Amino acid sequence: MTEPAQAHTVTPENRSRHGRPRRGAPLPLMLPALVGLAFLLLPLLALLIRAPWRSLPEQLTSAEVWQALQLSLVSATAATAVSLVLGVPLAWLLARTDFPGRGLVRALVTLPLVLPPVVGGVALLLALGRNGVVGQWLDAWFGITLPFTTAGVVVAETFVAMPFLVISVEGTLRAADPRYEEAATTLGASRFTAFRRVTLPLIAPGIAAGAVLAWARALGEFGATITFAGNFPGRTQTMPLAVYLALQNDPAAAIALSLVLLAVSIAVLAGLRDRWTTAST
Amino acid sequence: MAGTGAAALLALSACSSPTGSSGDSGSSANGTPTLSGTVTVFAAASLKESFTMLGKKFEQQHPGTKVTFSFSGSDTLAAGITGGAPADVFAAASTRTMAIVTDKQDTAGTPVTFARNRLEIATLPGNPHKISSLRDLTRSGLKVALCDRTVPCGAAAQKAFAASGLRLTPVSYEQDVKSALTKVELKEADAAVVYRTDVRAAGDRVRGVEFPESAEAVNDYPITLLKNAPHATAAKAFIQLVTSAEGQKVLARAGFLKP
Repeated sequence: MTEPAQAHTVTPENRSRHGRPRRGAPLPLMLPALVGLAFLLLPLLALLIRAPWRSLPEQLTSAEVWQALQLSLVSATAATAVSLVLGVPLAWLLARTDFPGRGLVRALVTLPLVLPPVVGGVALLLALGRNGVVGQWLDAWFGITLPFTTAGVVVAETFVAMPFLVISVEGTLRAADPRYEEAATTLGASRFTAFRRVTLPLIAPGIAAGAVLAWARALGEFGATITFAGNFPGRTQTMPLAVYLALQNDPAAAIALSLVLLAVSIAVLAGLRDRWTTAST
Repeated sequence: MAGTGAAALLALSACSSPTGSSGDSGSSANGTPTLSGTVTVFAAASLKESFTMLGKKFEQQHPGTKVTFSFSGSDTLAAGITGGAPADVFAAASTRTMAIVTDKQDTAGTPVTFARNRLEIATLPGNPHKISSLRDLTRSGLKVALCDRTVPCGAAAQKAFAASGLRLTPVSYEQDVKSALTKVELKEADAAVVYRTDVRAAGDRVRGVEFPESAEAVNDYPITLLKNAPHATAAKAFIQLVTSAEGQKVLARAGFLKP
């Protein structure tokens, strides 16, 4: 028996982890896959080809660019943190408990995914704005108004990004074997301890993948942010807003700004993928 | 974001083309009788109310024709036209945005100014903060929304502030005039500097306050036939309607000033 043949006789569990089939992919899969890849990369390539390389250095040394980039990174990271704190428990609730109307709740959680972000922004204004359903009380009782503040940017980004995290973590939870948790509780651990000590380490790769997805979504967020938090340099003007407004009268500057955003996201996503999320792929 | 906007524009205009494929039957430019086909008009967002009405009038006057509009920011529309969107008429909210199209030689003939617009302060209904001048907007604690200086209404506002020697720090530089207005309509901002026509269109959801410095920043609205217009004859007739006494009456009612 040759070695590759032996590899195929091992248990399915092991095979999925190690022994990927080495033979060439079938054409009906390979062709659409390559077309898909080209479709995703071509616009980015066009951006690189048409980038104003010569004027790039002066475009990128302006204080406003760095201000916007810094704000983008800070607010996207904050939005991811909020999403983790609220989203992981929500995913656990959806995956591990049984309550009437769970299917409906699950659908509602994913609603921000299909809602046009601008509509999401208006909805946030109606809910949390100075005159909003909840916002008017925030203003009257605590003197907190969210629109036009950096906190407002984080709120808008969290609203749009958290569903990605919830979906991802819930999927991982469903795939994870609940018997580990059950064993822990049988041995006397409380359900929260079991979640903290057993479940959480088990689904860590899924959480990391979800967090990366949410962070990327938050970083590129435009519609909800500009609608809910407005646009003011250094306070609420994130990179996507700066790019959009530059596009109005200086497309070259907009392309330059986009390149910065692209470079930063590629660096972060590539770095994270290698370190945290390979186990889940 | 703007990319998807441009794509939507293209899709919109693509939808309208099959309906009137061979429209330019009326060959004599002055003779009104046999106009047909679909006129595609790219017009600045602030023209929505008045142009929609003029489009209906045009269709009544010339049975067999249809006018379809794409209302958006003038810059977005200009980018669509220079990118090859099949439009017949372009009506912009500033000469600068029209220049984007004329610079690329995409127009047929010289654009004519058909209306002018000036700025006004939009305050909450009843004007609770007693705003009566541009200076009042600089009061501390007042939340004011301006348009970003990259869009025409923002550039005009900067001009007005420069003329008055005042400095204002707004809470937000909005992406277009309607967004600035919306912030006041939703009571998130206490005031915004917008066009007279937007105040008029918002009805009693906002209160308009005129200010003398707005005379320093009046926007000209140019209109033109486009070079690659699929239905040039009908398009010319539509431009004629806009610049006619009848068209001017509709524009005046919306709050526009005479050219």
